[in-house]
Amino acid sequence: MTKTLTRAELSEIIYSEVGISKTESAEIVDQFFEEMILDLVDGKSVKLTSFGTFLVKHKGQRIGRNPKTKEEAVIEPRRVTVFRASKELKRRVNNE
Amino acid sequence: MIKSQLVKRLLQKNPHLIQRDIEKITSLIIENIKSSLAAEDRVEIRGFGSFAVRHRKSKNGLNPKTGESVHVPAKKVAMFKSGKGLRDRLNFKP
Repeated sequence: MTKTLTRAELSEIIYSEVGISKTESAEIVDQFFEEMILDLVDGKSVKLTSFGTFLVKHKGQRIGRNPKTKEEAVIEPRRVTVFRASKELKRRVNNE
Repeated sequence: MIKSQLVKRLLQKNPHLIQRDIEKITSLIIENIKSSLAAEDRVEIRGFGSFAVRHRKSKNGLNPKTGESVHVPAKKVAMFKSGKGLRDRLNFKP
């Protein structure tokens, strides 16, 4: 069974290790991700050393297909977030 | 934005905390995501996205410069999938 790390668990960890209230811990976890989202929405990249970089890419319009019904549909141009893992994260994931 | 700028912004929002605490908090968040992925656990941050580890089989690749065949060993990669909140906000959906 794999576990899942969530906002709630991160805030619990901060509460037990930093000595701030549970409410403050939860708020700062939310702010951490919200600040990243704000920059990504602005089209800016977010680089966290030793972890990785989040970039915004523009995708052009294309014709997609519903894999179930095989129906064709136009996929409008959109922006997507791309994550590039740092060397350090790649090493950690491979337990090197 | 880089990590130090993120620390600065969080400090501005939380004037009752000192920089050392904010630095500790950001490190704790990043470190716990990394150790979860190292254990092949999932990370799910609602409104932002999720991280998971996928296995890549070994394959024979080509060195793009020399055209030589090289063996690429099996490895694990960290994947990120943006969440609905982030996806919608990037595309200015309500």
